[in-house]
Amino acid sequence: MSDRILAATRKGLFIVTRQSSGDWKVDSAHFVGDHVPMAVHDPRDGALYAGVHHEHFGDKMHRSRDGGATWDEVGTPTYPEKPADRPDDLCPMRQIPIPWTTKLIWELTVGGGDQPGRLWCGTIPGGLFKSDDAGDSWELVRSLWDDPARAKWMGGGFDFPGLHSVFVDPRNSKRVVTAVSCGGVWISEDDGASWKCEGTGIRADYAPPETAYDPQTQDVHRLAACRANPAVMWAQHHNGIFRTADGGANWTENESDDPPSRFGFAVAAHPHDDQTAWFVPAIKDEHRVPVAGRFVVTRTRDGGKSFDTLTDGLPGEHAYDLVFRHGLDVDTTGERLTTGSTTGSLWVSENAGDQWRCVTSHLPPIYTVRFA
Amino acid sequence: MIRVCFTQNLQRHVACPEVEVDGQTNATLRDTLNTVFNDYPKLRSYVVDDQGELRTHMTIFIDNEPILDRVGLTDATPDGSEVYVMQALSGG
Repeated sequence: MSDRILAATRKGLFIVTRQSSGDWKVDSAHFVGDHVPMAVHDPRDGALYAGVHHEHFGDKMHRSRDGGATWDEVGTPTYPEKPADRPDDLCPMRQIPIPWTTKLIWELTVGGGDQPGRLWCGTIPGGLFKSDDAGDSWELVRSLWDDPARAKWMGGGFDFPGLHSVFVDPRNSKRVVTAVSCGGVWISEDDGASWKCEGTGIRADYAPPETAYDPQTQDVHRLAACRANPAVMWAQHHNGIFRTADGGANWTENESDDPPSRFGFAVAAHPHDDQTAWFVPAIKDEHRVPVAGRFVVTRTRDGGKSFDTLTDGLPGEHAYDLVFRHGLDVDTTGERLTTGSTTGSLWVSENAGDQWRCVTSHLPPIYTVRFA
Repeated sequence: MIRVCFTQNLQRHVACPEVEVDGQTNATLRDTLNTVFNDYPKLRSYVVDDQGELRTHMTIFIDNEPILDRVGLTDATPDGSEVYVMQALSGG
């Protein structure tokens, strides 16, 4: 059961804790005024990590070993020098060069219990980095960056592709699943030495019909896996919700009419029950607000066949909160959920989403919430 | 000597005092900045990106003139010049 939440926002990182009364409150503020797109807690040693994005000065990584009381700048994932004789990688949609420089720290995931110090970092423009010294230094995963299929990757929302999801298999730390917007689902069985793009059945209706099922161009918004059965994974995709039960090779699209919308960014997978996952729907494409101004969370408990629309404690009218892809999290019990929105609202549920409480509606725009 | 000054807004994040660098014949801006970065290594990534190009929303003036080569940083920094590393007003 987690009693602490990291909320990374447009203007700082906020640590939210559960009080003895059962209420949740914002306990402390860090990097106030600075854009913090990503944060994570390492349960192996208690460290906290925050990616900080300075519009002028670039992205930096910070680590705290005392629960956030003090922070040190550690190594920043940095792309190697682009060889002079290597042609530019061009975004296929717009024919503009993909830069070899970190534009945004977009994902942080800790390695397995047998990999002390291992961290994975996903970035815009699509590079995956790993660290084996708790963030002091980072190495670009060249096997993925140099894969010729990356030429198909394109920006989705941002100008350049972004690697936003990394899942490390709890049973086998060498099995790593990543997802890219837009670049599909990539799986390594050998700790990142080699990769295979999977995703039969995932569909892109923004592509010509003949290429709609190309796994290498899919706009997976967020990927989440069931920790107890990692063969089951969920993808909130630009076109809808997909589920795999075979480790990522084949995916089934949800065609239920239950949710207010199949569009959204975030997904959280129940850690033990591979039939259960949560989503935060919105009107798709250019609108990106809750359907009818009614902010809800949806939950499936039957593997995506049907969905409950969860409303208790959530604003029912004129609520234009949007939850980005890292703005929904579930704790290790599957009972506690938190979600944070672009309008600075943060909610918590302690009964798997049946009821919600608003912790605050006054934070800066929230990008990431993580139980810690 | 070449005087190199950094925007006050950088001081909040990384040590970057005003420094003087020995003037060299035909020294470029990159030569001058590298001399400073050798003494203040963390400063480098705040000013230039992963490929060594001036960050998108930074700007540099040499003797009150904005530099022309933001990629190669080949603008001359003659002995006696003043270099100001500033934020561009773009970038929020």
